[in-house]
Amino acid sequence: MNSTLKSILVPIVAILLGFLVGGIIMILCGYDAILGYQSLFNGIFSNSYFMGESIVKITPLILSGLAVAFAFRTGLFNIGVEGQFIVGWTAAVYVGTHFEGLSKVVHLPLAILAAAVGGALWALLPGILKAYLRVHEVVVTIMMNYIALHVTNWFIQEKMAAGGGTNTSERVFQTASLSWKQFSDWTAFSRLHWGILVALIAALIYWFILEKSKVGYELRSVGFNHHASQYAGMNVSKNIILAMLISGAFAGVAGAMEGLGTFQYAAVKGGFTGVGFTGIATAFIGANTALGVVLASFLFGGLQFGSLNMPYNSQVPTELVAVVIALIIYFIASNYSIRTLLDKIFTKGAK
Amino acid sequence: MEYVIEMLNIRKEFGNFVANDNITLQLKKGEIHALLGENGAGKSTLMNVLFGLYQPEAGEIRVKGKKVNISNPNVANDLGIGMVHQHFMLVPPFTVAENIILGKEPIKNTMVDIKSAIKKLKELSVSYGLDIDPNAKVSNISVGMQQRVEIIKTLYRGAEILIFDEPTAVLTPQEIVELIQIMKNLVNEGKSIIIITHKLKEIMEVSDRVTVIRKGKGIKTLVTAETNENELASLMVGREVSFKTDKIQSNPTEETLTIKNLNVKDNRGLLAVKNFSLSVRAGEIVGIAGIDGNGQSELIEALTGLRKVDSGVITINGRDTSKLKPRKITEIGLGHIPSDRHKHGLVLDFPMPENYVLQTYYKKPFNRSGILNFAEINKKAKQLAEEFDVRTPSEKALARSLSGGNQQKAIIAREVDRNPSILIASQPTRGLDVGAIEYIHHRLIEQRDKGKAVLLVSFELEEIMNVSDRIAVMYEGNIIDIVDPKMTTEQELGLLMAGKKLEPKGESAHE
Ligand SMILES: Nc1ncnc2c1ncn2[C@@H]1O[C@H](COP(=O)(O)OP(=O)(O)OP(=O)(O)O)[C@@H](O)[C@H]1O
Ligand SMILES: [Mg+2]
Repeated sequence: MNSTLKSILVPIVAILLGFLVGGIIMILCGYDAILGYQSLFNGIFSNSYFMGESIVKITPLILSGLAVAFAFRTGLFNIGVEGQFIVGWTAAVYVGTHFEGLSKVVHLPLAILAAAVGGALWALLPGILKAYLRVHEVVVTIMMNYIALHVTNWFIQEKMAAGGGTNTSERVFQTASLSWKQFSDWTAFSRLHWGILVALIAALIYWFILEKSKVGYELRSVGFNHHASQYAGMNVSKNIILAMLISGAFAGVAGAMEGLGTFQYAAVKGGFTGVGFTGIATAFIGANTALGVVLASFLFGGLQFGSLNMPYNSQVPTELVAVVIALIIYFIASNYSIRTLLDKIFTKGAK
Repeated sequence: MEYVIEMLNIRKEFGNFVANDNITLQLKKGEIHALLGENGAGKSTLMNVLFGLYQPEAGEIRVKGKKVNISNPNVANDLGIGMVHQHFMLVPPFTVAENIILGKEPIKNTMVDIKSAIKKLKELSVSYGLDIDPNAKVSNISVGMQQRVEIIKTLYRGAEILIFDEPTAVLTPQEIVELIQIMKNLVNEGKSIIIITHKLKEIMEVSDRVTVIRKGKGIKTLVTAETNENELASLMVGREVSFKTDKIQSNPTEETLTIKNLNVKDNRGLLAVKNFSLSVRAGEIVGIAGIDGNGQSELIEALTGLRKVDSGVITINGRDTSKLKPRKITEIGLGHIPSDRHKHGLVLDFPMPENYVLQTYYKKPFNRSGILNFAEINKKAKQLAEEFDVRTPSEKALARSLSGGNQQKAIIAREVDRNPSILIASQPTRGLDVGAIEYIHHRLIEQRDKGKAVLLVSFELEEIMNVSDRIAVMYEGNIIDIVDPKMTTEQELGLLMAGKKLEPKGESAHE
């Protein structure tokens, strides 16, 4: 069997196996699996509101997935996407709640740019430490997540909160908002916003940088083999830092989707949002390609949102969807056995 | 006749590519059987099939007459088949003993019984003449010692049949002599051996029979005593091969590379290159001979800008490059064939076209305002693969999937194609078949004849003697003497390499 076909088939088989085993677990726990999946499906597609809200969930996942995937393709583990996301969110809202009177064509891009820069800067320190002192980025980015959470909480409380004891910022100005009245009309007042377009454009940019550009060639080369890259005259340290910056920028823009689109404000958070961590999963399932990450985000975002409907229609607890998602990840991680399984099936068929 | 291993009509495909096409190999008990073939002929593939790493598409394997299905290396181990891979599979921070017992630890009272393991290792080591220190850390021992560890590892697992894939490519001449002795001890103890090597001399010296394969097909099995190097070479390549490199008298002109009083420190901060001076002129090949570890790698790293120069001057084409970055030096006109092709020469997970432009991707026509032109890159790849006869499973195959020899040819193609004023070739023919060696020597001489300077670093005396116009012998970071290959014998070079200066003969004076 040819290898491109295989690399497409493997995740599909993994997903199907995930659903199958998830269904068996539902039955073992005494639930009606068919009804469970039906209500999951209905929770995504049965009306325009659900569809709109699913896309709202999917949008930041695409970007956080791209952030993780970009680092991964350049040989780095960016576990700090969550932190960079929070910083991006805060930066976007800060710009969005200031500069009254700017026109939309300036204000909105400026706010998104602020998010990208915020996320990138938050990834800069781990990049520098890795490039010059060989400190492993996983440790540093994890710690940077906690710093991000508490620093932005302080900043939102002290510098951005609307006053009167609230811990929420003002709403961003219309000129910096991603929402559009038509969307909410079409989707029965869901929070659907332009962010999905931003995310898809980001996926295109991701593909372009890595596959087509000179910069991407260098980044990939350094990621695969920094010795050979150094021998070939590339600046390894510069490329490590650049990779972290670009990865962080994607994460920051993910934050802008929440700050300028879904919520339109920033609030003090009790804990992590999970968007950055889910990005690790979507990057993984999407095999770190632009298209793969987009598709995986649709799957994850859809499942996460649709599962909210399950307890109402089928009594199946939403936690079971988390189990299904975990199973899918598990089966993709064991893709080696799926490959051998496919090989067996196909060689038998050929004989 | 009793065969311990029979591989009958083995066929192995990679996609549409047939790496082994009906190959038959039969190993007698107690013999050393050599497997010979060009780079990419399918030798490693065949051995990986025997070791259970690949499953053949057709054919059968018999061990002691019984048909077997070797589905993975554990099955091979259980059948008494052990393999010493070209790239060792050891855990560097572990001790020798820990590495050997890994996966087969002796257990006593739920604890790993390292004491009894060490005792057993010492017995093995004595009975086969394999000198090892069970308590040494693998990261601290020499390559030759690591290889002995690999051998003991297979013996510890009860191997009766040992496969060696290019065992001598990484060894120094002294270590090769020791290895050959070890192999003889092994067959005396009743083991059987399959050895892959490109060095015909070694085959003649050590093997009982030879099987030659060419382009995936089995050509012939011969009794070593009834053949000779020339016959083997022509069987394997399919044409006559000349061993002596023909070349016209060199005609050196101005100095291209000048090194003056160079001092370079090694990783531990000790001086590895000491007050070193040498010049290479356009139109000549200067060979650097010497035993590994006498400062050769530090010297090359300094010349290529990869290692800080402590003091001294390096001039290329009249420009001081001692403080410049690698890319700048490349642009001034230096080409480099590094000795470790996997680590330094190639990005193994890149397709071949992207590997061919590793130093030139940012230049026209490959790069136009930040966007890579893959049509041009692929065109270049195709041209180089054709011109230098690099055989790949497909045009865009990953560098990883090429055979070792073809990887090396690809690197040479890339460096020579840039047409550098000074080409530094470090161990350029390591692991290559005789046909490819002939070809690469020819290319180096062609560079010289085009008026380029070439600096050849090699541990192979024959190569140094054949190719160089002048030989600088390096000892403890310095040049002990510069000699003319036509006026010197291998013995004299050997003495110089060991640090013994020759009696003055008159003509081989310093420049
Ligand atoms: N995993 C693989 N996928 C695709 N092609 C492969 C793979 N492994 C080997 N090949 C191809 O099969 C052929 C035989 O390779 P093999 O490594 O067996 O050669 P070899 O005889 O050991 O050569 P060398 O002397 O250079 O090591 C080569 O053309 C190689 O490119
Ligand atoms: Mg091989």
